[in-house]
Amino acid sequence: MAQGATLPSSSVSLGVVPLRELAPWAVFAGVILLALLYLVGMDQGATSVFSGEMIHEFVHDGRHLLGFPCH
Amino acid sequence: MVRTLLVRGMLAGLAAAVCAWVFAYLVGEPALDGGIAYEDMLAAASGEAGGEPMVGRDVQSTVGLLVALLIYGVAIGGIFALVFAGVYGRIGRLSARATSAVLALVGYVVVVLVPFLKYPSNPPASSADDTIGLRTGTFVLMLALSIAVAVAAVAVGRRLVARFGAWNGVLLAVLGYLVVIGVIGALLPTVAETPADFPAVVLYDFRLSTLGLHVVLWAGLGLLFGALVDRRSSRRAAELAG
Repeated sequence: MAQGATLPSSSVSLGVVPLRELAPWAVFAGVILLALLYLVGMDQGATSVFSGEMIHEFVHDGRHLLGFPCH
Repeated sequence: MVRTLLVRGMLAGLAAAVCAWVFAYLVGEPALDGGIAYEDMLAAASGEAGGEPMVGRDVQSTVGLLVALLIYGVAIGGIFALVFAGVYGRIGRLSARATSAVLALVGYVVVVLVPFLKYPSNPPASSADDTIGLRTGTFVLMLALSIAVAVAAVAVGRRLVARFGAWNGVLLAVLGYLVVIGVIGALLPTVAETPADFPAVVLYDFRLSTLGLHVVLWAGLGLLFGALVDRRSSRRAAELAG
């Protein structure tokens, strides 16, 4: 933490982030971001949260090229 | 501070995704079209008329591809920033920039390259439709185990570094990761269902472009995020913002 104090007083001081501060962000943002990865990579494939084929069809090329299993 | 890191990670991910999109459009799409051509050939041979697609190829290969990569980029960028916040200052004494670069390299190997070596990407029409469940399950399992073993290797690696020094400690941790994930990879079921007459060049080019696409994405992410959180550029940004 002493390291942070020597940095300029901008909003960004790169000290070590306390785990207490990180944990809620990691859980909340982590879950949302993983859900995004699921949508782009897997939904309407082996499993479907949204019915239909629209998401799968729209992100079809990205899904193949990123290396996710597809048809 | 986590908020700032998260925002910058997502921004870096979006920018990297745009770079990856250019690569994917120029290099990946020709290979993907090769798979589509094979699919059309099969359909024509069996006399099935392909129905009108819900999303046209022109949309899939441009806007669809871009949106898919942007979503992937923003998610990977955000998670990258959160992991960065967890490891920065705790592992070694690397600067913010170097931490970002190393994290991107490790992320590429653990999240992309190692799962890819076991379950490589497949162009359209080169996989059996009815094995999608098995292929998705094993792929996710391989990915999750790769990340879990890597996290364990970092935890053990800290002790190894304390005992054997930085160079030997890191080498031993990397070796441990490779041996364990190698055994796991050997134990997981192999998927080999590419049709015998599927064009080899298409398959090769397609898989190479998957790796290339991720190289662009992860290199862009690691370098851009590093620049954004670097102390000097942060100061300049603060000055510009007044």
